[in-house]
Amino acid sequence: MDQLIFAGEVFLNGLMTGVMYALVALGFVLIFKASGVFNYAQGVLALFAALTLVGIQQGQIPFAHLINAAFGTSLHHFGWTVPAVLAIALTAGVMVLLAFLIEKLVLKHLVGQEPIILFMATIGLAYFLEGLGDVMWGADIKTLDVGLPQGISDTIETATANWFGYGFFIDRLDIWATVIAAALVAALVAFSQYTKQGRAMRAVADDHQAALSVGISLRFIWVMVWSIAGFVALVAGIMWGTKSGVQFSLSLIALKALPVLMLGGFTSIPGAIVGGLIIGVGEKLFEFLIGPMVGGATENWFAYVLALLFLVFRPQGLFGERIIERV
Amino acid sequence: MIYREAGDFKTSYRSDGQTFPIRLDRWGYYAVLAVAFGVIPFVIDDYWANAVFVPFLIYAIAAIGLNILTGYAGQVSLGTGGFMAVGAYAVYKLMTAFPDISIVIHILLAGGITAAVGVLFGLPSLRIKGFYLAVATLAAQFFLVWLFNKVPWFYNNSASGQITAPTRTVLDQAVTGPTASAPAKYLICLVLAVAVAWMARNLTRGTIGRKWMAIRDMDIAAEIIGVNPLAAKLSAFAVSSFFIGIAGALLFAVYLGAAEVGEAFGINKSFLVLFMIIIGGLGSIFGSFAGAAFLVLLPVLLKNTLVGGFGWPTDLAAHIELMVVGALIVTFLIVEPHGLARLWRLAKDKLRLWPFPH
Repeated sequence: MDQLIFAGEVFLNGLMTGVMYALVALGFVLIFKASGVFNYAQGVLALFAALTLVGIQQGQIPFAHLINAAFGTSLHHFGWTVPAVLAIALTAGVMVLLAFLIEKLVLKHLVGQEPIILFMATIGLAYFLEGLGDVMWGADIKTLDVGLPQGISDTIETATANWFGYGFFIDRLDIWATVIAAALVAALVAFSQYTKQGRAMRAVADDHQAALSVGISLRFIWVMVWSIAGFVALVAGIMWGTKSGVQFSLSLIALKALPVLMLGGFTSIPGAIVGGLIIGVGEKLFEFLIGPMVGGATENWFAYVLALLFLVFRPQGLFGERIIERV
Repeated sequence: MIYREAGDFKTSYRSDGQTFPIRLDRWGYYAVLAVAFGVIPFVIDDYWANAVFVPFLIYAIAAIGLNILTGYAGQVSLGTGGFMAVGAYAVYKLMTAFPDISIVIHILLAGGITAAVGVLFGLPSLRIKGFYLAVATLAAQFFLVWLFNKVPWFYNNSASGQITAPTRTVLDQAVTGPTASAPAKYLICLVLAVAVAWMARNLTRGTIGRKWMAIRDMDIAAEIIGVNPLAAKLSAFAVSSFFIGIAGALLFAVYLGAAEVGEAFGINKSFLVLFMIIIGGLGSIFGSFAGAAFLVLLPVLLKNTLVGGFGWPTDLAAHIELMVVGALIVTFLIVEPHGLARLWRLAKDKLRLWPFPH
């Protein structure tokens, strides 16, 4: 019985982690649907957003390292701190600017290339952004605090202690992440269903040529989609950054979004969420049940192997569009 | 002595189908080989061997391996680091278990073992393609690294979890371990690199290479004209992993000497080799060498200018290197998706008409 309750707790925590994965996966799906680009850089985008947010909040001078090294100065901070809300707004602005630059400098020149070339270009982009983030803000591990509640939720612990005689440990941040993720998905759905730009975005996702012929500007849509993806990355970056600090491994956690996508299907927003939950719960339960027998740390590979095995039986993922090939 | 075919008469099919049909090319190739075997071993010192030549040759082998899989057979793989780890751990286990057998045999066997592992992870490629396969190969990367970290048998229960190469000799010259000399390290890598390049070249221009390319261009169409996708894809995985395993074995035994799997064979290694073949040129043996040379030399160059020249801190130089590599990848994909090999070919085409371009 104890074991079962314990597994229940692991299950719940897995769900919460899954929400975090789903948040990153969402950004992938948005870009893939609208522009057919499989954006490997999404994880680094989250890292970059989180770094920028911390930098702005703490009043760091951008490129301080570089300037110091080049001119022998010792700059580091402006000496002010920016309130969280304003910092988030500024970071969102930076992400929009970044989206514009990416479209202008990279994507525009790669129109009509094979998907795999575009994929590799985003890997290059990921490297560039990772280096840029480090050069701009320094590579040390930073703590991010935008005022989200953290720590173990006492209410849930006492409530479950009364019901089961065992208190569940659930991080309040995870609960908030779930709420925010739900709100984000609702907002995205509303945006794509009820606004003109949203409908244009869906039209582009459906058929580039047809969308062009009815007068939708592809370039505007791409900038918009990358901005939205940047915004989703910002949200994911805030969540992950608050949870485990802003550091390079953030972009590796985001790699986990890839198996999430493969499970859910590249083209489906519900797929990203369900896939995230399955992977989150799966890896936590596997680590809990099988992990001790094989030496632990199975979370490193479980998601990938699960996705691999799953794909052998259903290559398009759970909710993906059926892949039809013609010669 | 002008660079062109004219006047270079072929009297047999054999000479018509040779790798370097133009006389100047052929001589250039022999000259490069002569310098590589006859001059460099006598002048090489530890710095040049460790910073430039040995990593260049090892990564060239790995790049040829990945190029066969990705450039010729069209199966994108992000598991190169994991497969290199298989080669490294296989050669380590063989070296310590059978100390009397020659290291060359161990390295080749390590390649063979990696080939078997590669085929195993290549099986899903029969069902999944493109991005899906690329992500699926990440499973190989993470699972293999985890396996070598967690199972003490692989690192002979050493307390640090590291593997350390013992001293082994070829023709009485130490090639691994702390006493190995620079020329010995260089020569064993060179011999294997030349052998691998020669094998790869001859495989890719034969039946099996044409089958790989047919699969790459359109696998369903290839199947209809009689190419067996099972055999073609799995043989590409096997040959590719064989070369990558050799590269991994050399990287550990000859170059690093001691390795910790997560650090030496992590996901970044997979990307590094992938970048080499993108920058060098997909589907080109020359491109594999060019890409490896480029990405081995670039950090050395940046480090020497930024750290040595301007006195900037090393971590800043490392971050700038990331930016430069990333920007280069994007630039290459935009300007020349076929890489350095294509630029080389264009230069040669220009040269054939020079000095009368019309």
